[in-house]
Amino acid sequence: MTVTGSIGRRLTGLLAGVAALLSVLSWWMVSELAREAAERTQDNVLAASATAIAEALRSEQGEVRLELPYSAFSMLGAIGEDRVFYRVTAGADLLTGYADLPVIPAPAVTGRVVFDTGSFDAEPIRMASVSRAVLAGTEPVPVTVTVAQTRNGVGRIAAGLSRLAAVLSVAFFAIAAILSAIAARASLRPLHEIAAAVSRRGPSDLRRVEHNAPEELAPLMASLNSLMERLGQSIRRSEDFIAEAAHRVRTPLATVRTQADIALRTVEDDAEKRRLRAMIRAVDESSRSAGQLLDHAAVAYRADDLARRPVDLSDLAAQTVAALEPAAAMKDITLGLDADAVQVRGDPVLLENAFRNVLDNAIKYSPEDTSVHIHITETGGEAHITVTDEGPGLGGGPVAALTERFRRGSNTECIVGSGLGLTIVEDVVTAHGGRVQLGAGKEGVGACVLLVLPL
Amino acid sequence: MRLACLALVTVAWATLSSALTIENHKHYPGTGDQVLRILSTADLEVFEPYLQAFRDSRPALSIDYTVVSSAELYRAIRQGAAFDLALSSAMDLQFRLANDGFARRYRSDATTALPQWARWRGLIFAFTAEPAVVVLSTDRLEGLEMPTTRQELINLLRENPDVFGGAVGTYDVRESGLGYLYATQESRSTDAYWRLTEVMGRLDPQLYCCSGRMIDDVRAGRLALAYNVLGSYAAERMARYSGGRLQILRMQDFSNVMLRTAIIPKTADQPEAAGAMIDMLARLGLRETPGEWHLPPLISSDMGDAAGFGPIRLGPGLMVYLDPLNRRAFLSEWKDAMEQP
Ligand SMILES: Nc1ncnc2c1ncn2[C@@H]1O[C@H](COP(=O)(O)OP(=O)(O)OP(=O)(O)O)[C@@H](O)[C@H]1O
Ligand SMILES: [Mg+2]
Repeated sequence: MTVTGSIGRRLTGLLAGVAALLSVLSWWMVSELAREAAERTQDNVLAASATAIAEALRSEQGEVRLELPYSAFSMLGAIGEDRVFYRVTAGADLLTGYADLPVIPAPAVTGRVVFDTGSFDAEPIRMASVSRAVLAGTEPVPVTVTVAQTRNGVGRIAAGLSRLAAVLSVAFFAIAAILSAIAARASLRPLHEIAAAVSRRGPSDLRRVEHNAPEELAPLMASLNSLMERLGQSIRRSEDFIAEAAHRVRTPLATVRTQADIALRTVEDDAEKRRLRAMIRAVDESSRSAGQLLDHAAVAYRADDLARRPVDLSDLAAQTVAALEPAAAMKDITLGLDADAVQVRGDPVLLENAFRNVLDNAIKYSPEDTSVHIHITETGGEAHITVTDEGPGLGGGPVAALTERFRRGSNTECIVGSGLGLTIVEDVVTAHGGRVQLGAGKEGVGACVLLVLPL
Repeated sequence: MRLACLALVTVAWATLSSALTIENHKHYPGTGDQVLRILSTADLEVFEPYLQAFRDSRPALSIDYTVVSSAELYRAIRQGAAFDLALSSAMDLQFRLANDGFARRYRSDATTALPQWARWRGLIFAFTAEPAVVVLSTDRLEGLEMPTTRQELINLLRENPDVFGGAVGTYDVRESGLGYLYATQESRSTDAYWRLTEVMGRLDPQLYCCSGRMIDDVRAGRLALAYNVLGSYAAERMARYSGGRLQILRMQDFSNVMLRTAIIPKTADQPEAAGAMIDMLARLGLRETPGEWHLPPLISSDMGDAAGFGPIRLGPGLMVYLDPLNRRAFLSEWKDAMEQP
């Protein structure tokens, strides 16, 4: 699998990108509005100033008279530190002010303030102009008042607000980016939950995934479940096949074994006898293998859907001991059972199978005239089943490897076996949520197998 | 010899800028050949310590100091006379120069440290705040109660025509830029101004061009009272001849505070040195202890409440009374009040 990026990161990136775009847009809009507002404020002040001057116009002895009102100029200082220019003309004559100030085309209506932008003394200016007819002598004279101001104050106000807007936009973007990350994570949470639920499962757990899934994940879940089902089916099929094959092999092998036994009793020749014994041994090996394979398949099958019945371990152990008593007696081995009444929940058939395999090993590998001990106790909320013998022990090799399939120890020269016994034991115990510990017996003599099962 | 030299320079200068009416002039030679030319309204004896302090920091620089009236200064800078620094007490004229583009922009740590009201557009910088005061002769006012408001002053003048007849001095606002500024600002701020002018007009007032002469005349006993005198000069002169014959009063109802300002003219050849001078003046303007200096700082504790809204505002409002129409109207009203038969 190659990982190509992350949905979470991509989602966060996309959302943050949108937020960045909106931030820039809002900053630009606020900046424009601020400029517009500042310009309008300046226009209003200029208009008020021009109007105040126009209102101060009067006629005296047939002449236009004017005294500039102080407030008309002082109010212009409100916007900022801007240069101020003005001009008052009566008809074509300059009454007062700056003669070379640009002229605004005369307003259509007298008394209405008109605005214009221009430049004066190499600086951009904003001008407001208002006209008024003043009766001088007999004729009304049109008097035009123009007040102009540079635009630094407006620029400064707009720039200040724009800076503020920029700071706010950046803050907005930062918040939006954090929220994007949170949103992306929140929307991906179901995916993570399902992944976690699937990976929490045991190695052979092929049940359907019944996790609640959002709409978008439903197809993935459906295909996952169908894949699990097919996988389960195919595993079951091959287990069935192995069991079937083992079963089919066992029956004819039993026949061969019987025939070989009879033949052994009838032949006289030593060489023939040796050959027959070898044959019998091979048949034993094969049939043991077939039997263990069958058991292994059964374990795999039953462990899939493990029964959880209360099982009394001491009873179970007693049964197993009874079943193996004849085999032990043949080697003059005494089986000692020392069991507390410990109950676990599980499948008795599987547990019996596990016990039998452990006990079988103890008897099989111990020399004659020894004893095997089974000890069942409840320690710390767990059931401990210990089987100790006085045999050769588990050898010097890595002990844990003995539970691998078809793995046999080095001490097995002429002892029949398949190497599946401890595999079955471990499968059973782990299916019950327990564990197996292999070790040496007391004072290093013999083997000690410990099965730990949760209660 | 030195005096002769000075006179020579003055003559040479006068011929150079024929239009300029010079009141005083002094050249302070430095070790280098750079010359900082200052045009100022501040009297030499008042301003000399500042020049000395500046020379100490820049011994290489020669300083050429010319004293003119504020109107003269305004006219010279407008006509493009070659000066590096213009210092004036007429803040309206200085403002107008800055507004009309005759000032050069300057910016430094010292100027940005100035309060907002003490600078405008980086073109004009205030470095002193000087109140208008009333100077009285204690000899001639013996037994009379000192007025604290304009109303009390009006009453005092009205009730004692024998004391004040021909012995009241004030600025001739037609001649003095500063006098005009004080008068117009006062007429705007308090209606007692016109009544006071009226009362003074009846007492055959003496009109002056400058504060210094007014104070000298009060000290000499020729005047009983001088109205609207530059407070810093009054204090300085009183300190100099502390005979106890002068009394300085600040009107409690309202008191004009003028800002002495500096601009670097567009035509300046030595803007860097002029900037350094402005830095020094700005720093002295913000000093906390009065020290030896003759001119007061921008912010002083004795300014009190009488200043009302603080010093005269450095803003476009200053241009109103400079308008010829307004000036004509104001002067004719003033003349009517002042010159009564
Ligand atoms: N009690 C024991 N004493 C000594 N060796 C043991 C004992 N139990 C197991 N072993 C060793 O561990 C190996 C694996 O045991 P396991 O039961 O899996 O296989 P097996 O006994 O050889 O064959 P199977 O049990 O399938 O017939 C054995 O071959 C043997 O070498
Ligand atoms: Mg075995």
